[in-house]
Amino acid sequence: MTLPETELRKTALNSLHRRMGAKMVDFGGWDMPVEYPATGGLITEHMAVRTGVGVFDVSHMGDITIDSTEPGGALAAVQHISMNDAAKLAIGQAHYSALLYPQGTFVDDVIVHHMGDENYLLVINAGTREKDFGWVRDNVKGFKCVAKDVGDNYTQLAIQGPRAVEVMEKLTDANLSVVKNYWFTHGTVCGLPNILIARTGYTGEDGFEIYVPPDAKTSEMVWARVFEAGKEFGILPCGLGARNTLRLESKMALYGHEISDTINVWEACLDRYAKMEKGDFVGRASLEHAKASGIKRVLVGLEMVDRGIARDGYKVFNTKDHAIGYVTSGSPAPFLKKNIALAYVPPEHSEIGSTVLIEVRTQKLKAQVVPTPFYKRPKK
Amino acid sequence: MAYPSNYRYTKEHEWIDVQGNTGTIGITDYAQHELGDVVFVELPKIGTKLTAGKPLGTVESVKAVSEIYSPANGEVTAINDALGDSPEKINTDPHGAAWLVKVKLANPAEISSLMDAAAYQKYVEAKDKKAHA
Repeated sequence: MTLPETELRKTALNSLHRRMGAKMVDFGGWDMPVEYPATGGLITEHMAVRTGVGVFDVSHMGDITIDSTEPGGALAAVQHISMNDAAKLAIGQAHYSALLYPQGTFVDDVIVHHMGDENYLLVINAGTREKDFGWVRDNVKGFKCVAKDVGDNYTQLAIQGPRAVEVMEKLTDANLSVVKNYWFTHGTVCGLPNILIARTGYTGEDGFEIYVPPDAKTSEMVWARVFEAGKEFGILPCGLGARNTLRLESKMALYGHEISDTINVWEACLDRYAKMEKGDFVGRASLEHAKASGIKRVLVGLEMVDRGIARDGYKVFNTKDHAIGYVTSGSPAPFLKKNIALAYVPPEHSEIGSTVLIEVRTQKLKAQVVPTPFYKRPKK
Repeated sequence: MAYPSNYRYTKEHEWIDVQGNTGTIGITDYAQHELGDVVFVELPKIGTKLTAGKPLGTVESVKAVSEIYSPANGEVTAINDALGDSPEKINTDPHGAAWLVKVKLANPAEISSLMDAAAYQKYVEAKDKKAHA
């Protein structure tokens, strides 16, 4: 059966996106803007974030709080369900982490925020919200804490790009110069008190994510104020299309592509975020076992040598024409002006400079293993 | 962008302009708008036999690959090489400079089964209405 369009979930800014003429897509059950053709479209949006500033409605992202009334209760729960070492987080600090199945594969990747002594906020993917919350709730049962799904409590905007800080400075009384990458603060934003302002994002650029009340009126007011403040920097609304190409250039994982319930942490090359020495956590035993028995495939960056574009799911071959792996994400890279891809291949094909072939429709096209991230933002 | 009244159109958003036995084929303004920024075009070789309704090549935007279907039966006599270096012309001039291939038609009369400009205009308006309902 075909579900009617009204079944799609909508953010508070949905009607605003439509008024702006955004092209909308179904993304994990959400009706979201993929690009805004009226202001230039995907490539223009991508370039705005690399060179100026762009704004994304990311209210579809999920949020889970873990709170406790017992000293150490919330931390113990977070340590158990996520692979990074949350004990290292100061209050006001966040880090990249992941929730793992006992098999060492991914439930989801998350940003863990240390909000207060006994309070953590996990920001999770849109398409996995229900699954993630169910998994978190089940896995913190043995701990003295309460997990809450607070995904509908916020309109989340990502203001991203080298000029993002100048835009935010006009809108808040918070001292942003002390908020480093992956730290956060609270302040008045657009006249709204006590707003979470995190220096995080999914673009590989400097930028902020702000969490404001979710009603349409407030959300649209904030959106309008952000655009007013960013006008002098050529601020643009950005959709999921640019979000994907920006994260791909920066080699940030996307659930269902680089990470999934069948891919483990070593394969995804995310082991620097898995703190094996911190003590036990869900998935740890399998990860130890997987490492001891040898890694069968690894994620590599590819750049097309022949003319053509690798796409998600395309098969990868060695130069002797044997199938060796597959592309997880592939696209033209608007800033780098190259055709790039991420792919799983056996470790013997992962050396920088190795040549592989990618099956593009009826042809096998040459690609080369290159260093990643493909793009790294210039140091200030 | 207006749809030229002397062209014929397919439901898959290709156009064909017939002059005598020769048909020039392209994709419509509606199609380029749906695709977004076009970054790559793959066209058949000269001499390729095309079958009406079957793929003749592909056009790729940043996001996706789309097949182009031949509006008619015939043989490719020319391809628009300029699109190799400037695929974005498909976004700026889809009904003109960004033609894709020229074809020697097997039967020019079969084109009459395709939509004329007025019918195609109605067809895409109905699609837009559905998409933005």
